[in-house]
Amino acid sequence: MALNSKVPQGPIKDKWTNYKDHINLVNPANKRHIDVIVVGTGLAGGSASATLAELGYNVKAFAYQDSPRRAHSIAAQGGINAAKNYQGDGDSTYRLFYDTVKGGDYRSREANVYRLAEVSANIIDQCVAQGVPFARDYGGLLDNRSFGGVLVSRTFYAKGQTGQQLLLGAYSAMNRQIARGKIEMFNRHEMLDVVIVDGKARGIIARNLVTGEIERHSAHAVVIASGGYGNVYFLSTNAMGSNATAAWKIHKKGAFFANPCYTQIHPTCIPRSGDYQSKLTLMSESLRNDGRIWVPKNMDDVLAIREGKKKPTDLSEDERDYYLERRYPAFGNLVPRDVASRAAKERCDAGYGVNATGEAVYLDFASAIERYGKEQAKIQGIENPSKEKITELGEAIVEAKYGNLFQMYEKIVDENPYKTPMMIYPATHYTMGGVWVDYNLMTTVNGLYCIGEANFSDHGANRLGASALMQGLADGYFVLPYTIGDYLSHDIRTGKIPTDSKEFDEAEKSVKDRIDFFINNKGTHSVDYYHKKLGKIMWDKCGMSRNEQGLKEAMAEIKALREDFWKNVKVPGSANEMNPELEKAGRVADFLELGELFAKDALNRNESCGGHFREESVELEGEQKGEAKRNDKDYAYVAAWEYKGEPADAVLHKEELEFKDIELKQRSYK
Amino acid sequence: MNLTLKIWRQKDSKSKGQMVDYKVSDISEHMSFLEMMDVLNEQLVAKGEEPVAFDHDCREGICGMCSMYINGEAHGPDRGVTTCQLHMRMFKDGDTITIEPFRAAAFPVIKDLVVDRTSFDRIQQAGGYISVNTSGNTQDANAIPISKHAADEAMDAATCIGCGACVATCKNSSAMLFVGAKVSQYALLPQGQVEAADRVRNMVAQMDLEGFGNCTNTGACEIECPKGISLENIARMNRELLKASF
Amino acid sequence: MSGFFKSSIGRKVAMALSAFFLMIFLLQHFVINLLSVFSADAFNEASHFMGTNPLIQFVMQPILIFGVVFHFVMGFVLEIKNKKARQVSYVSNNGNANSTWMSRNMIYSGAAILAFIVLHFIDFWIPEINHKYIAFLPEDPTRYFGELHHKFENPIRVGAYVIAFVFLALHLLHGFTSAFQSVGATAGRKKTMKDIGKAYAILIPLGFIFIALYHHLNH
Repeated sequence: MALNSKVPQGPIKDKWTNYKDHINLVNPANKRHIDVIVVGTGLAGGSASATLAELGYNVKAFAYQDSPRRAHSIAAQGGINAAKNYQGDGDSTYRLFYDTVKGGDYRSREANVYRLAEVSANIIDQCVAQGVPFARDYGGLLDNRSFGGVLVSRTFYAKGQTGQQLLLGAYSAMNRQIARGKIEMFNRHEMLDVVIVDGKARGIIARNLVTGEIERHSAHAVVIASGGYGNVYFLSTNAMGSNATAAWKIHKKGAFFANPCYTQIHPTCIPRSGDYQSKLTLMSESLRNDGRIWVPKNMDDVLAIREGKKKPTDLSEDERDYYLERRYPAFGNLVPRDVASRAAKERCDAGYGVNATGEAVYLDFASAIERYGKEQAKIQGIENPSKEKITELGEAIVEAKYGNLFQMYEKIVDENPYKTPMMIYPATHYTMGGVWVDYNLMTTVNGLYCIGEANFSDHGANRLGASALMQGLADGYFVLPYTIGDYLSHDIRTGKIPTDSKEFDEAEKSVKDRIDFFINNKGTHSVDYYHKKLGKIMWDKCGMSRNEQGLKEAMAEIKALREDFWKNVKVPGSANEMNPELEKAGRVADFLELGELFAKDALNRNESCGGHFREESVELEGEQKGEAKRNDKDYAYVAAWEYKGEPADAVLHKEELEFKDIELKQRSYK
Repeated sequence: MNLTLKIWRQKDSKSKGQMVDYKVSDISEHMSFLEMMDVLNEQLVAKGEEPVAFDHDCREGICGMCSMYINGEAHGPDRGVTTCQLHMRMFKDGDTITIEPFRAAAFPVIKDLVVDRTSFDRIQQAGGYISVNTSGNTQDANAIPISKHAADEAMDAATCIGCGACVATCKNSSAMLFVGAKVSQYALLPQGQVEAADRVRNMVAQMDLEGFGNCTNTGACEIECPKGISLENIARMNRELLKASF
Repeated sequence: MSGFFKSSIGRKVAMALSAFFLMIFLLQHFVINLLSVFSADAFNEASHFMGTNPLIQFVMQPILIFGVVFHFVMGFVLEIKNKKARQVSYVSNNGNANSTWMSRNMIYSGAAILAFIVLHFIDFWIPEINHKYIAFLPEDPTRYFGELHHKFENPIRVGAYVIAFVFLALHLLHGFTSAFQSVGATAGRKKTMKDIGKAYAILIPLGFIFIALYHHLNH
């Protein structure tokens, strides 16, 4: 099957407008007879559900949480990008498009990214109209902040809780439609399979997580908006429940899975403190604007610090290695996420990690505090300020900028980051890979759509800060509601989809069989035992830097672990009740397959691009020596994998990427 | 450290529940409270017993899913945190810790420590929104300036994570801090003022219908709220309802 | 508007409005009683005015009785409703961690005050009504001080009186500022108003206690 991205013809600036003008629409009276299922109610799923319901479709929305408002989009801190150019600093649709493609290391589809940039401004208008309390300046107009990797200020924010506020906005729009009866909300439900009838997605099988009941739900189209698969690493900044099950189930029913190896490892997370750790906490990237990252120069100091004999503040300037500033003098501590993460790993792998686990580096605010303190002293006209006074003034400024993050850090680590440097370490944060979709956001299965982080979409091999929220809402509010109409216009005479067909019978049976297996298997190990093992393989061999040998080992080890899982997993309780262990078992079973495909994809892509770093593909000489080397000649394509049973047998389909409006360049931060 | 846990166990919404004692050992002070619960559950699974069901998701204090009443306080003894951000360093070796679900008639127990908080959703469905369709032709975001003061106050109200600690804490199981925060967020913004009267009337009516108690201004909710939502929001809701009614 | 007083918030506002009325009444009652410490004549004069002025007797007095009855009936109604809002109580509940004893026990301090009011009615109000409107005894504008003075002879009555006013103080320590919050005024949470509330809640009951003890000790 050849991949057809269905990108419209014409100049990139007009593609979306022309396309919208010519697609088929469904008239309002007919929309009433059309049902759409949306799985997941984060930014993408929530906004899509609300908009589809506003248009008149009957929406059934599913969330595993007890309320749509709790989806993990809520945890995004920094902000949302939009090409509004309110700051008059030269921003434009083209510039946002360009930054996103470049930031993604030239591995995304141009037309999609341009459309994303185009609708970005509408998102802000829409959210403000919904009552999202974005930060404002004293004139009452919207404030912006700048974010890594770009040259303009285009990030809108609501304190450090932008994701929460945007999700609450989408949730409020959903509530309005739930009250109108246009959205039927299924909380605490998990989709366990998609049902395909005559080649078209016509429904899902879902489990009621409270009663354990297996339910059939039919619709004319199914939209998957279930988020990313970062939890394949066990430890990530994702929520505990974040899972790949919906995306993986549709993959197994014919949807191609694209670029699974593109994962974003965020550099500023709070390090792991022990083996009991259940998840990692991210701190906004904005900390790197003022913090300096370092490890001790001498191994003696590292050991002394680990044993508690020395404190980081005891080390003089020349005993410290500010490795980002040393390696990347031009960008210093502000290099992109992937570069900063790899550099931290490199130091820790060399043994310079500063905490008990050996996986932490310092993020130091001492010089920022001093700089701000001196500045303030000057502003306030204090002559010859004492060292204490400077510190006091400087700390006040740092507190105003990062107070909530510092407080969060102190709560978790129990150390005062004003007095002693923070410890940070990279953590899995976002997955750029996902279900392959065409320009319409439709997967390779008819009537089956995939939006938000769950699709492979717009970020290429690396996502820029504040772009995840933008993409989720763009897909849900402004793209899918149009494109799905084109497909549904052929379904106005179909009528209700029956749920008593043999396709539903089969799907339900396979779901029930699997649950019965888990409940009845007399195993020895808990689900978490396997999840942790998988996470370790993924982190060690498919983490921030990857090589052929490691990836081959990872594939073999994951396969072996999967086989062991299916023999020895132990799930207590029964099927007909709330059973969190059973829920986890199903999710980990899917991760155990996805992990292997991940490694296979990483093995196939013998180039370094964005979040994917292959040790075999580095610059060998010149100024960029040792840095990631992209290979546009051989790998400027989307790797879309077709399911063929075992993950190792997946078949590769290539969507060649064409860059007509942007020239391909090597990223340089030296 | 070694701890004794007294935990509410209840098979499902129809069964009767009871407190059951458990012992956990070798708990690190750096663990979060939920990681301590993970240790207990691993222990129970290994013994072939049913693990304790509890709600949790983001584990970074923002989703509002976790909901335990620990030693007589919603989200435990620390301030400004959810249960997932509560760390074991707040406890001492040898402590006995009581863990109960959030209690309110409007939050029926589903299982063990899991409660049903959909009453909060229904209150918001009654009017917790601004009636605006998605169109792409909405007026420009900067068309109506909003004073920084009002925007900041609206943001403070909107910070509510809907965890229900206010209800759990309140001796009357009143939801007024939650509803007050929702009403306030919209009442403070010009976009929300158009339908402010209907909104507050409908939301308060739904709140009463759900069986929440009445506020007696003890202020406990404000103290226990992990996001520090101010009592001012309740006062504002009272004003808004007065305005809407007379 | 009709729906307003059926809503939880409406009832709360009604509680607060009756509370405001009662607090004003309490203040004027205190001022008149205090006169008895300084001058028997002044006290008699004020009491006579209050006892015979038709506006006070036939407008304010019914409102007051309604206010008292309303406040405690609604207090009990809300308490029952609020109790119903939590059917299973906590095994362990650390109320002191987040609220004052006074705020959580308004129903008990209120009940104690109610018991006192019953006693007070038996002691003063029923004889008074009997005197004026049933037995139609001749009005003596100087009788009030003597009656008051006489009442505080019995140490048991004085003891009950003192205890009741301690409960009133506890009730007011929460009630004063709480009433402001209920009607939507931010003022109740401002420091000045909190201080005024504290002063009112402590000084007025203390004053009543002082008056009782003063008369008791002057026997």
